[in-house]
Amino acid sequence: MPVVSMTVNGKAVSADVDPRTLLVQFLRENLRLTGTHVGCDTSQCGCCVVHVDGRAVKSCTLLALTAEGAKVTTIEGLAGANDPLHPMQEAFRENHGLQCGFCTPGMIMTAIDMVNRKGNDLDERTIREELEGNLCRCTGYHNIVKSIAAGAKAMGGTRVAAE
Amino acid sequence: MYAFTYHRPGTLDEAVKLLADEDAKLLAGGHTLLPTMKLRLASPSHIVDLSRVPGLRGIEFKGGTIEIGAMTQHGEVANSKVVQEQLPALAHMAKLIGDPAVRHMGTIGGSIANNDPTADYPAASMALEAAIVTNKRSIPADAFFKGLFETALEPEEIITKVQFKPLKVAAYQKFRNQASRYALVGVFVAKRDGNVRVAVTGAGGNGVFRVKSFEDALKKDFSPKALEGLTVSAEGLNSDIHGSAEYRAHLIGVMARRAVADALAR
Repeated sequence: MPVVSMTVNGKAVSADVDPRTLLVQFLRENLRLTGTHVGCDTSQCGCCVVHVDGRAVKSCTLLALTAEGAKVTTIEGLAGANDPLHPMQEAFRENHGLQCGFCTPGMIMTAIDMVNRKGNDLDERTIREELEGNLCRCTGYHNIVKSIAAGAKAMGGTRVAAE
Repeated sequence: MYAFTYHRPGTLDEAVKLLADEDAKLLAGGHTLLPTMKLRLASPSHIVDLSRVPGLRGIEFKGGTIEIGAMTQHGEVANSKVVQEQLPALAHMAKLIGDPAVRHMGTIGGSIANNDPTADYPAASMALEAAIVTNKRSIPADAFFKGLFETALEPEEIITKVQFKPLKVAAYQKFRNQASRYALVGVFVAKRDGNVRVAVTGAGGNGVFRVKSFEDALKKDFSPKALEGLTVSAEGLNSDIHGSAEYRAHLIGVMARRAVADALAR
């Protein structure tokens, strides 16, 4: 079986993989990083979003072998076990941006990518458009949008009080 | 997915050689091929990953022509200053494909080579008279799209870039599937040197097609009003749970009128 090597959350990893292995499977099953979820498995819901070389991608639609040599960041990589939460994670906590939590890692990874591309001052319309690839069955999105707006500001260094 | 052998060529020549096996398939952004393989609707024995072949990515404005490398992602086309200035309708269309994560991976070459009946680039290519450049030749868009998932590409032929001529009076309006945001109906309208082209995707049972009656009307009077009362027959159009053929025929008219209004506003 071919070998795949990449850096995940700062750590170099390498493994024998069946070529069919999707990046999401490699992360969850080989590396036991189960924060990334398989929701629809058809590239629609966004529960599988991770960052590959600094960009949000749907890991259910990427072969692990294509990510050879890449720098991958998952939800687990945002903050160490004993560190404070990443500002975007904290914003979701403070603004009740989740209920069951299944879509949440994907939402947060997409949100951070959004801030990387569009800056810290995100209006509601921009956030909703940028979230088209992330589906949530529980919340109705309102608090997710609020969380992302607050998280974006916090990533820029300004704390916003939760309402 | 059914099992396959994975190849990651480092040069275009290597990639072409790997295509000699007729059960080999090129992998570009993977956002059509991999979902298809996951559903077991395709099972190539060999996957040829183009992601490390140099010289296939990037956007250049050379000699009055916009050249887009085949492996350029939709997000790059959408954000390109060159495309936004020289062919804004194309940047707008690229921005409507999928969602931000999909646009980080999906490529123009993959979209065109696959000729999915709901892809956007085939409509743009037909309306804008694009030239599809391969490792062997340059193919005009009119000769490229042959039918459902069928193109003029020969077995060992790889698209290397797509060329567009700048155009301001052009627009794309798309009625999107709510979950995956592909085109239920997408209409690309372009007015160049007194000629008008109207290319429709998403609706046709045989892939992208042009609407001659709309083109003739718009050539006389390029305004949404000129299209009022004109209809497209539902015959030959797709019908599924997302929309009947009659509904798609109706949407073609709506999207065409909106595209003309959009093109006039640019």
